[in-house]
Amino acid sequence: MTKCASPAARRYIVRVASLMALYLVVLFVAKWTFNAIQPTGPIAWALAIAPALPLIGVFWAVMRLLVEETDEYIRMLFVRQCLFATGFCLTITTIWQWLQNFDLVPAGNGGFGAAFFWFIGLGFGALYNRLTIGDWGNVW
Amino acid sequence: MKNRLKVLRAERDWSQADLAERLGVSRQSVNAIEKGRYDPSLPLAFTISQVFNLPIEEIFSPDEG
Repeated sequence: MTKCASPAARRYIVRVASLMALYLVVLFVAKWTFNAIQPTGPIAWALAIAPALPLIGVFWAVMRLLVEETDEYIRMLFVRQCLFATGFCLTITTIWQWLQNFDLVPAGNGGFGAAFFWFIGLGFGALYNRLTIGDWGNVW
Repeated sequence: MKNRLKVLRAERDWSQADLAERLGVSRQSVNAIEKGRYDPSLPLAFTISQVFNLPIEEIFSPDEG
């Protein structure tokens, strides 16, 4: 759910949408290739890493928004969102790690990496802003 | 920080959107500053001062106590 108000926020949306579309394509190609030809060696490594690259691109887009947003209040809201997301992500992954350390949950993470929880945290960060300051911000 | 933004805006018959346009910020920013939910940076405070043609201390004052 997104509401745009500034040119920087609009650029952010275009960047994230493009990167997520690229992510889906790369993910499909990587999965299909692993199933079809079971690559090994450097090709397997490159294919496995490939879906991570568009996600790293999204982190870049987030940082660019922080740099390019000229409205200081809107930027402050987004900084708070990012800090909330970071705390949320670290909390979830730390709890999960200790549940694993005592063998209460299975090893692995079911394919959900830290980025997944960080993006969920970004949404909760907007809610936190709404509850504490009264504004959702421009990107949520 | 307290401020007289709402009064000064009303005296000039400006909407929040009008003031936001003059300041080059979002209407959300003006609303947040007006309601005391956000204290502007010094550069933005100077811009506000220029837009209203008043010294900063006639627009903003510290909270008492």
